[in-house]
Amino acid sequence: MWLTRPFQERSTQLFLGILSIAMIVVVVLHLATPEGSALHVSSYTVTLLGKYLCYALLAVAVDLVWGYLGILSLGHGAFFALGGYAMGMYLMRQIGDRGTYGDPILPDFMVFLNWQELPWYWLGFDMAWFAFIMVLLAPGLLALVFGFLAFRSRVTGVYLSIITQALTFALMLAFFRNEMGFGGNNGLTDFRDLLGFNLRTDATRLGLFIATGVALAIGYVICRAIVASKLGRVSIACRDAEARARFLGYRVDRVQLFVFVVSAMLAGVAGALYVPQVGIINPSEFSPLFSIEIVVWVALGGRATLYGAVIGAILVNYAKTVFTGVMPDAWLFALGGLFVLVTVFLPKGIAGLLASRRKGKDDDSGTDDPDTATTREATA
Amino acid sequence: MSIIQELSNRDRVFEFLTPVASPVDVRHGPILYLEDVNVSFDGFRAINNLNLTIDDGELRCIIGPNGAGKTTMMDIITGKTAPDTGSVWFGSRHNLLTMNEPEIASLGIGRKFQKPTVFEALTVFENLELAMATDKRVIPTLRAVMKAEYRDRIDEVLETIGLENLRDQLAGILSHGQKQWLEIGMLLMQKPRLLLVDEPVAGMTEQEMERTAELLTSLAGKQSVVVVEHDMGFVRSIARKVTVLHQGSVLAEGSMDQVSNDPEVIKVYLGEEA
Amino acid sequence: MSIIRSLTLLLIALVSVLSLPAAAQEDDPGRQLLIDLAEAPASNVEEAINAIVSSGDPRARGWLEAYGNNRLSRVKNTGQVVVVLNNRGRDWEIANPLTGENMGDMSRRELDRVAINNAIRGQLEGILAMLDLSATDPDVREASAQDMMGKVNASLVEPLEARLELEESARVRNRIEEALAIYRVGEGNLEGVDVLAGSLHPRARAALNDAVRGDDPALATKAQQALGTIEQKLKLNRAAETLYFGLSLGSVLVLAAIGLAITFGVMGVINMAHGELIMLGAYTTWGMQQLLPGQPGLALILSIPAGFLVAATAGIIIERSVIQFLKGRPLETLLATFGISLILQQLVRTVISPQNRTVVTPEWMSGSLVINDALSLTLNRLYVLAFALIVFAALMMIMRRTRLGLEVRAVTQNRNMARSMGIRATRVDIMTFALGSGVAGLAGVALSQLTNVGPNLGQNYIIDSFMVVVFGGVGNLWGTLIAGLSLGTINQLLEPWAGAVLAKIIVLVFIILFIQKRPRGLFPQKGRAAEG
Repeated sequence: MWLTRPFQERSTQLFLGILSIAMIVVVVLHLATPEGSALHVSSYTVTLLGKYLCYALLAVAVDLVWGYLGILSLGHGAFFALGGYAMGMYLMRQIGDRGTYGDPILPDFMVFLNWQELPWYWLGFDMAWFAFIMVLLAPGLLALVFGFLAFRSRVTGVYLSIITQALTFALMLAFFRNEMGFGGNNGLTDFRDLLGFNLRTDATRLGLFIATGVALAIGYVICRAIVASKLGRVSIACRDAEARARFLGYRVDRVQLFVFVVSAMLAGVAGALYVPQVGIINPSEFSPLFSIEIVVWVALGGRATLYGAVIGAILVNYAKTVFTGVMPDAWLFALGGLFVLVTVFLPKGIAGLLASRRKGKDDDSGTDDPDTATTREATA
Repeated sequence: MSIIQELSNRDRVFEFLTPVASPVDVRHGPILYLEDVNVSFDGFRAINNLNLTIDDGELRCIIGPNGAGKTTMMDIITGKTAPDTGSVWFGSRHNLLTMNEPEIASLGIGRKFQKPTVFEALTVFENLELAMATDKRVIPTLRAVMKAEYRDRIDEVLETIGLENLRDQLAGILSHGQKQWLEIGMLLMQKPRLLLVDEPVAGMTEQEMERTAELLTSLAGKQSVVVVEHDMGFVRSIARKVTVLHQGSVLAEGSMDQVSNDPEVIKVYLGEEA
Repeated sequence: MSIIRSLTLLLIALVSVLSLPAAAQEDDPGRQLLIDLAEAPASNVEEAINAIVSSGDPRARGWLEAYGNNRLSRVKNTGQVVVVLNNRGRDWEIANPLTGENMGDMSRRELDRVAINNAIRGQLEGILAMLDLSATDPDVREASAQDMMGKVNASLVEPLEARLELEESARVRNRIEEALAIYRVGEGNLEGVDVLAGSLHPRARAALNDAVRGDDPALATKAQQALGTIEQKLKLNRAAETLYFGLSLGSVLVLAAIGLAITFGVMGVINMAHGELIMLGAYTTWGMQQLLPGQPGLALILSIPAGFLVAATAGIIIERSVIQFLKGRPLETLLATFGISLILQQLVRTVISPQNRTVVTPEWMSGSLVINDALSLTLNRLYVLAFALIVFAALMMIMRRTRLGLEVRAVTQNRNMARSMGIRATRVDIMTFALGSGVAGLAGVALSQLTNVGPNLGQNYIIDSFMVVVFGGVGNLWGTLIAGLSLGTINQLLEPWAGAVLAKIIVLVFIILFIQKRPRGLFPQKGRAAEG
């Protein structure tokens, strides 16, 4: 079966092994060492790592479309944020009458805006199953509609990048509006509990960390399964020689749409896991800067490798944490420099470096060189 | 699970051994029929009242000076370019103007580009695998399983195009001529009823050219082949019937000897060459 | 207040110096006029004022203004009438009303204010306006006639009518007639309504509205009709204003996008740092004004070449250091130039300031061009609009008529062929990129006159600029012009109905959908070359 195929690959086994060991180490160090010990992993760090893992899943989703389909989405932050908002709406409803204004139904910001009743699109979010479906459905539907229109008209390359950026920008402006009913500027925050677990306890935070790790593993396997299937090879075919694929009888637009929607849903899941861990979702997640930052994680890690995206996301975000703590002004210089250095000097990213290290060794990691894609872009 | 799948796919197992099951209807005449086709780009008429008929199983060569509209004609047949007026029929049943590229491809029209286009990031084997005539919809493609029969078929074609030693190499490292062959191989995997071949021997050695000529002639009869080529020697070696295009319409049609003696043709085309 | 004070003083001084030698003070008829005014009992004040007005004395305005502002006083022991220049503190600064000569400070106890009651003060405004109505400058006359609208009372009707007979300027006559008509409509006069029907002045509308609410049914109906006519005209004017704002916004978009149309459209280079090149142009203007304090106009004009050079130089550096290595890899170029944009933004934040800088608008660019009572066009936007059109025309000339333009087009269409014909493609790349970047700098210079100059300036325009270029059709300068102007106008049309943010969202969504429908924009390049 296509979904189980990745488990036979050495690269996937390696990835899952490293991920599980790292997770177990963190959990053990958190639980078994006393606070204050040099080895102790604090609850704060656990949540921080959980955040990195969310970003890693998001990066994997971006790599799936960029690395294997050649679609550079500068709007994946929008899918991430939509998933996050779906989760945030559930968490808002869970607050119930414990809010500042004590309204049993309406979230605080609606009471503040003098709204009398819940807008229709908030209905159902008090039920976890419904909210969790929406985590997949909201980004999935947006990707479906947007992708359907774009791919049908064969909008690709930089054009697609630019309009995905415009899309997330438009959504950001929209979510900033109070009238939209998503908390405007401040977004959704002050969450209390998730599925009955108090979000402020260490145990819940650890649980979320583990859940994120599991989600990353599942997401990785799904992407790997697509990539290793014949559809994955067709994707690469569409990336490198769209016209050829079309004349072989493949509906390029359908292939692109399918992969794009899967990727958007994974991004939504990442967003949904992110929100309870950071405790807030606001329109800044829609900002074009965030979306383009995701791309540089992938570029640094090495695209069309999937595991490179994970490495890149964790490295860049770790650097961001360090920089913003020590010298916040320098972070944008570092990030800007990273964009330039990676694209000019490290087009295959860290994964490319690793691959060239063990050159000669026959590997099955499937580093499907995306560089050849550029010949097509150049002629287009 | 995989056994059940295999059983349910029984009917498709021998797909490649059976004759082509293209739905095209050629009982009432030609396999390809272009009538009064016109295309212009920004006022420039690339195709001007073009009428062309290809019979089932025919091997036709199309020649003409640069800008005669050869590539544009192929674009129209394969659905890449929509003509301003005119009609294009595949057999007597299929109006090609109402279909897009993948639909036309799955009807059984294969095309080789002027510039060899293969998937450079995939191996030679994978290139042929993708070309194979199977269900090309998204979900079936996702669930597709490589079976022994498929493998045999691919190996068979690999042998035909002489790339069996490069089976697991990336197509990107092939030479120009090898890419041409691989692309022809991909056409063979498609099992089309009609092959449109744009400059198949560009960049090939004399020897490779000979093999290509052999291959194309062997295909004719079972399949219809339309070859656009500049190399006169090559055209002479394979041509039974030649069509000369000039300024977007047919200038002359007939055997190579007839055509090369036509004063009009000599004036506009061969005159330049000689 | 201090401006009025100094103007009054200046006026008096000027007039006195011109007309009267100081020695003649004793015989000055003005002296007696002022004393009469100061000594007149309440019932005779009006008479005294009229005497001053009808004396035709050119200093009369200054005196009456001072009187109206409580600045006319008598020195207790001498009985001399003086003008108080500064009435703060214990000692007041006074001046001679006849000569304008400054008489230094005097204790306020020694001064006796010439009293004025509110009834007189109310009339004084009209009287002063009457004085202005006989000024020689028609602009002053028009302004005073406009001031008079709604302030005409029975006592002013006759002098106004007399003035109307003498008036030569049609504009001033119109104003006087309208001012009179407002009074007459108030009195129930039907013909006045006809006059007001042609006026767009808010006072005229107020008078008609009063008439509609009044007791006279015939007048009310007629006034209602007149209001209808006015409303129609106002609508037209509002439409014209929206169009103006739309074109103005559009011209900004065109300026921001036109450089991009060259680097992206012609060269195929995605420069995400384009916005920051605009920002550099704006900061150049600011820097220029810091170098030339007190001469904002000169600084602005010098900023045009300077902004171009700064941005073009930055463009060349970007091209040489990054973009040339990413030839044929547009997505990587996009990412790398985005990195550059982050660096440039942060550089400005660190080196200059994270706060916005103020760029002064020179005098000749501030103010507005008054078309009529309902429509006036702000000058700075008008200049930017004209500037955008000039830049566009210049670029068209460069691309169509110069050697560089020819080479650029040749390199774009077939790089290898162009090179084999002796065109140095690398040099053309640098020049083209410098040109596109320089134009971004020009956009920045223009934008500094309309918006805040800050590190985020460029970021705000980059998405819009790309939208304009893509909407217009890549590689087509005309398309960029039309796309920019029409998107600006659409945005402004939507704004009153949807609000600024929603209007922007709607426009973005519209473009996104439009691109799906026509991926090559409004004016696509056709042909086989474009099909690849």
